[in-house]
Amino acid sequence: MTATAQIQITRRDGRSSFPVAPVSFEKTLIQNNLDLRTAEVEILQVNVGKLCNQACKHCHVDASPTRTEIMERKTIDACLAVLAKHEIPTLDITGGAPELIPDFRYFVTEVKKKTNAKIMVRHNLTVMFESGNEDLAEFFAENEVEVVCSLPYFMQQQTDAQRGDGVFEKSVEALKKLNAVGYGTGQSGLTLNLVYNPVGAFLPPEQTAIENDFKRELKQRYEIVFDNLYTITNMPIARYLDWLRRSGNEQSYMQKLVNSFNSTTAEGLMCRNTLSVDWLGNLYDCDFNQMLEIPVTEKVGQTIYDFSPETFIDREIMTNAHCFGCTAGSGSSCGGTVA
Amino acid sequence: MSYYEEDDLERFGEVGKHAPELFEKFMAWYKACQEEGALSKREKALIGLAVSVTIQCPYCIDAYTLSSMENGSNMEQMTEAMHLASAIRGGASLIHGIQSHNVHDKISM
Repeated sequence: MTATAQIQITRRDGRSSFPVAPVSFEKTLIQNNLDLRTAEVEILQVNVGKLCNQACKHCHVDASPTRTEIMERKTIDACLAVLAKHEIPTLDITGGAPELIPDFRYFVTEVKKKTNAKIMVRHNLTVMFESGNEDLAEFFAENEVEVVCSLPYFMQQQTDAQRGDGVFEKSVEALKKLNAVGYGTGQSGLTLNLVYNPVGAFLPPEQTAIENDFKRELKQRYEIVFDNLYTITNMPIARYLDWLRRSGNEQSYMQKLVNSFNSTTAEGLMCRNTLSVDWLGNLYDCDFNQMLEIPVTEKVGQTIYDFSPETFIDREIMTNAHCFGCTAGSGSSCGGTVA
Repeated sequence: MSYYEEDDLERFGEVGKHAPELFEKFMAWYKACQEEGALSKREKALIGLAVSVTIQCPYCIDAYTLSSMENGSNMEQMTEAMHLASAIRGGASLIHGIQSHNVHDKISM
C-alpha cells in the first residue's frame, strides 16, 4: 500500500507546493490494482546541493546562484561508506550544479578509488565555463564518469527560453569539449547522454523519435555526437509549478497528466530502485519528494547514517499529486521513459 | 459568450450520443489515422496542424498544435507547415483568376 504524504509546505506566494490534481494519485493506483513498493536499492542518487550557476524555469529544485545549501565532507563520507559497504551498483550525483560544491571532485575520486559503483553526474554543461572547471571534461573522462547533460532542444530559442539567455551557445561548446575527450563517440567507452525536457506545458515526444532528431540535427549543425537521449516529463512542483500557475496552465497540465496515466509505468518507476539523499543526508523515495520535503516512510531510518538494504527493501513509497508526472504516457524517470 | 468553448473539445465523445455506432466507426478510423505508418507521428501531426489552420477549426488547431509539440516539432517547422497549407489555399483561389480571364476574354473585343 502506498501512502499519501500529509506534509503541506507553501511557495513564496503562499500557495501550496503541491499541484492540484482532479483525482487522487493514491486512488488511481488502487483503481488500477497497483501497490507501489520498493525493490532493491540499485541507485543512490545524491543531491549535493541547490547551488547552481543557472536558474531554469522548469527546475524542480529551485536551484540558483543564490542558494547556499551544499553537502559537507562528512555527509559525502557517509554516502561513500554506504556505497562501499553495500555495493550499490550506481551513484547518481545531482544538484543544483554538483560541480560547484567544494568537495565534488573529492566525492567522485573517492568513489572511483574505493567502490565499483558506476558514477553518473547530472551536468548542466554551462558550469564547465565557471572558474575552476576548465578541465571538467578531462576530469570526467579520467574518472570514467557517465555524463548526463541537460539540453531541452537542439535549437537556441527553446533552450534559452527554458534555461536562460546564452545557455544554448555555451552548451554547444561544452558538448564539443566532451566529444573532444572521447565522450559520445562510441569508441572510448565514455558515455554521454542528453536529457530532453519539454519547453512548456506539454508531454515529451516519443523518446526514440526525438533522439533521432537530436542526433541528426546536432551532427548536421554542430558535428556533435552523443549516446542516448532521455525524455523527462516536467514535474509540476517548485519553479515549474510557479510557471504553470503564472501562465494559467496548472489545471490543463494536471488534467493532461491524469488523462495520460499509464499503469504499465508502475513497474519501472525510479522510486522503486532509487534512494534519494539530500545535502544534509536525509533520505527520500525520489528527488521530487526531497524537494517537497516528503521523507521515506517513518518505518525505516531517515538518514544515510541509518541505511541498511534489508530494511529499505519492499518499503512503502510516499506519493502525492505530483507523482502523476512520472506515470503519464510512456512514463518518466531520471533514465528517461519507463514503459 | 463565444460560439466556441475551449472545454467543448473534451466533450467530443458526446457527439456519439445519438448515433453511437457511427461515432465508434469514426473514432476507430480517426485513431488509426494517427498511428505511425509510412509517415511518422510527427509528420502526421504537422499535416493535421496544416489542415486545421486551413479549415479554421479552433478545436483542431488546439489539438494539433499540442500534438505537434508533443511529437518534437518546433515553431519553425509548424509555421512552414501552416504556410504551405495557406499557400495552397491561396493558390486555389488565385487559379480561379483564369475563370475570370476566360470570361473577360470571351466578352471583350
